[in-house]
Amino acid sequence: MATLTYREAIRAALSEEIERDENVVIMGEEVAQFNGAYKVTEGMLEKYGPKRIVDTPISEAGFIGMGIGASMLGIRPVMELMFWSFYSVAFDQIVNNAANVRYMSGGQIACPIVIRGPANGGTNVGATHSHTPENVLAHHPGLKVVVPSNAADAKALMKTAIRDNDPVMFLENTLLYGIAGEVPDGDITLPFGRANIAREGKDLTIVTYGRSVLHSLAAAEKLKADKGLNIEVIDLRTIRPLDVDTVLKSVAKTHRVLIVEEQRPFCSVGSHLAATIQEEAFDELDAPILRVGTIDAPAIYAPPVEKNFQLPNPERVIAGVLKVLA
Amino acid sequence: MSKKTSVPAENAATPPSVAVPSPHAKAPANAALNAEQKIELYRKMVRIRRFEERCLPVYNQGKIGGFLHLYIGQEAVAVGACSLMGKDDHVITVYRDHGHAIAVGMDTRALMAELYGKVTGCSKGKGGSMHYFAPDLNYWGGHGIVGGQIPLGTGLAYAVKYKGLKGAAMAFMGDGAVNQGAVHEAYNLAALWDLPVLFVIENNRYSMGTSQERSSAGQLGKRAEAYDMDWYQCGGHDIYEVRATLDEALQRAREQHKPAVVEIDTYRYRGHSVADPDKTYRDRKEIEDYRNTKDPIQLFQNQLLHEKVLTEALIAEIDAAARAEAERAVEFSEASPFPTADDIQKDVYWETDQPQRTSEGRIFFNSVK
Ligand SMILES: Cc1ncc(C[n+]2csc(CCOP(=O)(O)OP(=O)(O)O)c2C)c(N)n1
Ligand SMILES: [Mg+2]
Repeated sequence: MATLTYREAIRAALSEEIERDENVVIMGEEVAQFNGAYKVTEGMLEKYGPKRIVDTPISEAGFIGMGIGASMLGIRPVMELMFWSFYSVAFDQIVNNAANVRYMSGGQIACPIVIRGPANGGTNVGATHSHTPENVLAHHPGLKVVVPSNAADAKALMKTAIRDNDPVMFLENTLLYGIAGEVPDGDITLPFGRANIAREGKDLTIVTYGRSVLHSLAAAEKLKADKGLNIEVIDLRTIRPLDVDTVLKSVAKTHRVLIVEEQRPFCSVGSHLAATIQEEAFDELDAPILRVGTIDAPAIYAPPVEKNFQLPNPERVIAGVLKVLA
Repeated sequence: MSKKTSVPAENAATPPSVAVPSPHAKAPANAALNAEQKIELYRKMVRIRRFEERCLPVYNQGKIGGFLHLYIGQEAVAVGACSLMGKDDHVITVYRDHGHAIAVGMDTRALMAELYGKVTGCSKGKGGSMHYFAPDLNYWGGHGIVGGQIPLGTGLAYAVKYKGLKGAAMAFMGDGAVNQGAVHEAYNLAALWDLPVLFVIENNRYSMGTSQERSSAGQLGKRAEAYDMDWYQCGGHDIYEVRATLDEALQRAREQHKPAVVEIDTYRYRGHSVADPDKTYRDRKEIEDYRNTKDPIQLFQNQLLHEKVLTEALIAEIDAAARAEAERAVEFSEASPFPTADDIQKDVYWETDQPQRTSEGRIFFNSVK
């Protein structure tokens, strides 16, 4: 075991995969000489050289598309978006080319690319820089979507992502980069589609992922201390594939569900989860499924308003739990 | 189409940007200025600099969230350009937008309050540093996505022409933005449809930590030639040079609906944003050289002293007033309230901000609040 930050854990995965497979290339704006806008790739240019760690111009459609093309010939590009928010500039390449090329070629072409970067609000960077597109990406069959909540998962899932033969959208979080956790040594991978029961409980199930796992765990501890409630917290880890079985097993135990996500509720990941749970476990439910998410508006800049009101936080999660249980 | 050298330097041996007297003083746009107008140009540059310098401690106290991209060193570009605007001319720029905002006449109290995220800010605390707007002053933002504003600027020009007005749009971008596809698509539209737009590249030599040589093939302005557009290149340190060049390009745009690319050499002294440690991509000496020999405020001060338009006393007075103005902006911001939780869902749709809805059905969807 080593104690690594989320950032270091991703860097470790990238480094180990670079060393393991000569076709792995890391590309993006400021990833090399500047050591990464958020320092995920710090030191990697020095260690692995400019063939493996490549700075690109500000041309997301161009370089993401180029990475998709290169992956069709067997390169394994790991492309950094400085913010996932800039994916919209490359949207056509992602949803038309990466997602569809395998299908449209009748399975002849694989597209083993990873696109990674932070996707979160909470840093007061305003509406253009705070997108959380996991629902949008997951809407497109052909893409896989990963949203790790902690260092150990980030490392193991990144290794899986790079080895995966499909396009993997890997959504990190600038507010998690500095958070440290225990990370097992060695070549550990995690299969996609295996959720983690982050906390066991019997009174209610919180289904969540990404940074919202932290809010949910904090809320669960407080509800235990204040009200003696035992809340189960499921960290999905990947949105597509989605570990429906783990969710349903938990619902069969607790019969009450709250979904916590940093998504606006309309057509969110939570919308899909709620639909799936009621389709497949309607009889297990003792109360309507509720959601705690982002207030339905573009991201506001005003720092305390974004943090305290617009985004999920432990207080809002507690309010959500109590409402489901009421 | 070709490169236009609008204002030939009188003495090619001296770098045009550093010469005093300025070789561009006699250009029509500058010869037409009276003393008061010249002082106003100088004052605006000083006000921008003092405003931004005052932002720094506020940021360091944690009162400004997100990013803070300072314009210090580039003031002559925004002030020179915006001083040429007539009532049907428009401007749009990037996240490094404080200079343009002050140049078009926005109130620095509202600008500072926006950085604080206060409801008295120019965007009611919703936009932040990167998203200043003042459509009443023909200032269309403040845009966070590199290159995304360039089609918008082209659209402003389209609307001006469509309405039969004699105006033009100036769409600003950095040297890093020229590699975005949207920029090239806009170039083609503007040239194809004869739209009165100037694509103004503020070439400060770096996009974040990447030098121009490491990000762009060829000369930036020259890409205009592929679209049969004229292009200009000029220094951005001498405000007279900026005005001389843009005046000519603007007149062609207004009168003949001719778009052009204008590449302006400039320099930022601070990091890309305040968060940039600025250690990996340029050396201190380069910054010092610009400060010492090409500072736009110093150059214009020298010029106006030479012209006997400014006096030492007036210089001191302008500076003191600019500092006091920045201080008042801070006080105003401190005293202003934040938006409320209810404000989050205002300003999303035109119709929900009106007393009466115009459509049916549910517009907003909320989870547990
Ligand atoms: C589409 C997009 N990609 C990346 C970024 C991140 N980013 C913001 S500014 C910037 C550098 C831009 O440099 P330049 O165009 O030269 O303008 P300058 O900052 O020098 O004024 C980058 C990479 C962004 N905001 N939008
Ligand atoms: Mg630049």
